[in-house]
Amino acid sequence: MLHERPWWLRTLIAAGPFLALILLWIGFALAVWLKADPTDDLANPWAFVAWKNQCLILAQSAIVTIGACGIVMVMISGGIDLSLGSVIALSGVVGAMTLNQFGPVAGICAALLTGAAAGAFNGGLVALTGITPFIVTLGTLGIARGMAKGLADNQTINTPPTWLDPLMRPFPGPSDPAWLTGFPIAPGVVIAALVALAVGLLLRKSVFGRHLYAIGSNPAAARLCGLRVKTSTVAVYALCGLLIGLAGLLEQAKLHQGDPTTAVGRELDIIAAAVIGGASLSGGVGTALGAVIGALLMGVLRNGSQLLEWPTWVQEIIIGAVIVVAVGVDRLRARR
Amino acid sequence: MRLALRGIRKAFGPTQALAGVDLDAPAGSCLALIGENGAGKSTLMKVISGAHTADEGTMALDGVPYAPTGPVDARRHGVAIVYQELTIVDHLSVAENIVLGAEPSRGPLVNAKERDRIARKAMDLLGVTDIPLDILAGELSVAQQQLVEISRGLAWGSPKVLVLDEPTASLTASDAARLFEAVDRLKTSGTTVLFISHHMEECRRVADNYLILRDGSSVGHGPMSGAVEADLIRMMVGREVADLFPRTPHTLGEPILTVSGLRGTEAPEEASFTLRQGEILGVFGLVGSGRTEMLRALFGLDPALAGQVHLKDLALTNRSPRASLAAGIGMVSEDRKEEGLALNLSIADNLTLTRLDPVSSQGLVDRRKQLDVSTKWMEHLKVKAHSAAQAIGQLSGGNQQKVAIARLLHHDARILLLDEPTRGIDIGAKAHIYRLIGELAAEGRAIIVVSSYMPELIGICDTIAPMCRGRLLPPRPISDWTPQSLLAASIGASSHAA
Repeated sequence: MLHERPWWLRTLIAAGPFLALILLWIGFALAVWLKADPTDDLANPWAFVAWKNQCLILAQSAIVTIGACGIVMVMISGGIDLSLGSVIALSGVVGAMTLNQFGPVAGICAALLTGAAAGAFNGGLVALTGITPFIVTLGTLGIARGMAKGLADNQTINTPPTWLDPLMRPFPGPSDPAWLTGFPIAPGVVIAALVALAVGLLLRKSVFGRHLYAIGSNPAAARLCGLRVKTSTVAVYALCGLLIGLAGLLEQAKLHQGDPTTAVGRELDIIAAAVIGGASLSGGVGTALGAVIGALLMGVLRNGSQLLEWPTWVQEIIIGAVIVVAVGVDRLRARR
Repeated sequence: MRLALRGIRKAFGPTQALAGVDLDAPAGSCLALIGENGAGKSTLMKVISGAHTADEGTMALDGVPYAPTGPVDARRHGVAIVYQELTIVDHLSVAENIVLGAEPSRGPLVNAKERDRIARKAMDLLGVTDIPLDILAGELSVAQQQLVEISRGLAWGSPKVLVLDEPTASLTASDAARLFEAVDRLKTSGTTVLFISHHMEECRRVADNYLILRDGSSVGHGPMSGAVEADLIRMMVGREVADLFPRTPHTLGEPILTVSGLRGTEAPEEASFTLRQGEILGVFGLVGSGRTEMLRALFGLDPALAGQVHLKDLALTNRSPRASLAAGIGMVSEDRKEEGLALNLSIADNLTLTRLDPVSSQGLVDRRKQLDVSTKWMEHLKVKAHSAAQAIGQLSGGNQQKVAIARLLHHDARILLLDEPTRGIDIGAKAHIYRLIGELAAEGRAIIVVSSYMPELIGICDTIAPMCRGRLLPPRPISDWTPQSLLAASIGASSHAA
């Protein structure tokens, strides 16, 4: 019963999301090239494939990538977190307020801690009460959003210019400090790449990471083998929250302000990225690389649609369809 | 004495699961723990392996007081357990499964080389060489998974005490033989094995001594070699079991179901037989022979690629469970918990599930009628429960099975397909089920019983058809078969009737 499929089919299915990303990229490159009108000066046939556009895609995908790396850990352990968007906003607001009071370093710490605390709150409730994560985090979705709005008094928290501002700038401009102009890409992209590497290492090689797979795949077995299921549950939500705090920090850097109404519904983008990358809602399956590819795939979709001047409702339909197709392919992969 | 228990007691709420257990097991021996379901065997194993803490009593390992704080602590003391239910993690590799919970590590990272070495050593100890370490455990067959699970108990070399809780439940005969050899090998290296099994033959094969549990207390012990089966059973159930396989006299009538050339997607390859009214037809086959698949294809649960099914003179086409039930054919799955019953629902809900119209009016279910009808069936089948409103998950396996059969009776099924009807049911309750099957046949119903437990088929059936590699051989009267010829036919050896 082992490996009845030919190797090429297995490889094809395993590399599915990556192939989809490549094909999508080539598709948009062709579409933009074909659409360009040589009589019109404004239309550039290389608008999509241009290096600057790649930098833009990467910068636009960085926040979702970081979030997806967080949620994929939670999903592998059999959980889910719907409060991501709200926690991004809350972290951004808390970060901005602290920054105004105590400076950028304190702001960073505050944003990260806020995210981690929100995650630990979710994980603690899931582990201690046994309420399903869907319901717990649905509650936190409201609580965190409300707290963000209350703290900010329903307004945006403006911040003075600091060295945090250029973090999410897609390509450094002439007005940026000297250390940045030598940098070919937004620093936020580098941060996202480092996060993905760290999460990948954690999931593949660390004891904690392997335990997450065990807990998500067969919780009863995990308990009987003496794994600390509750501690790990709190830890994985807190770790995801920490990354969401980082995402909130970058969001705040991008907007140059703490906005309590930002990132509404962003949790769906983040979860979608993880799912497109192969994570399963029933636990035990998922990789950091998959999450990155899922986030990039959505970034390419958004960027390409904009260049082709498709309205947002078309993008929304396409992304919805991609999610269903991705999960459909995943079912094929799981079938033996 | 390697392991000594004195006066172990454990209660879960009002239920006294263990009410004073004494146990002595010398080093290098195998002790068979025998008892009906609910006698406290699994609870006792969990106390020994640290998953539960005893309320009272003492344990000593090699004369030193032993009180494990958890499964990992127990393993550190050299006490390993292989649980009855599969605790394999599908999405981890074989090696990762074997070391799960105690991974060798360098800092926070898993030491992969050391992990593979430990896993390989454990499998060698068991004599397993044909399972690759890096494959995902979910891709293995159930029997292979069981072997991986047992290897987990051996991950730290030969343990002082190894607990095997019904380890052969899903093993083929050859894998079971391999397991018994491993037990012998472990015994010579000084390990004490605690062996739980419902099969007396297995206990005789591996165990030196027995300990009998009844209602949470140890009620008898002694060497396995001199033990008389009838004595053991009397101690297990606390009374004389006059007849293990009670028969109710019944006569075979007209043919009611004719199956010819039935073929499923994977199994069966070919099944043809005729079933008469009042007939109990036994289908005997080893694990993987396609017996369950044959029933499923017959019932319409799995697609049939070819074959005709005639109910008397009426050809049944468009096979589906719904159509089968409408034609008066009912099935009880081998997997009570997953497929047979809705465990959270009440007895009444489960019992009337397939046929609600007699208990409803104007499209709404009448709760009172539903309970009344269910209570009537429960009395008829002697189901032990507080009331028909009790959740079925709270009943014992035997009583659950009676409700599953009662559902078919409420549906007025004339033909009953029973897949392993006594799996996981204790001996006393088994006799109830056998008597019930006989009574149903006496009422003129036709019954197919699929089982891998030969004594029960020989004990209760009128005819038996062996199943071998997807083919159902022609049924023959019970008098034509001997255990030897039946086994020979089911493994494909030349079957000259004895």
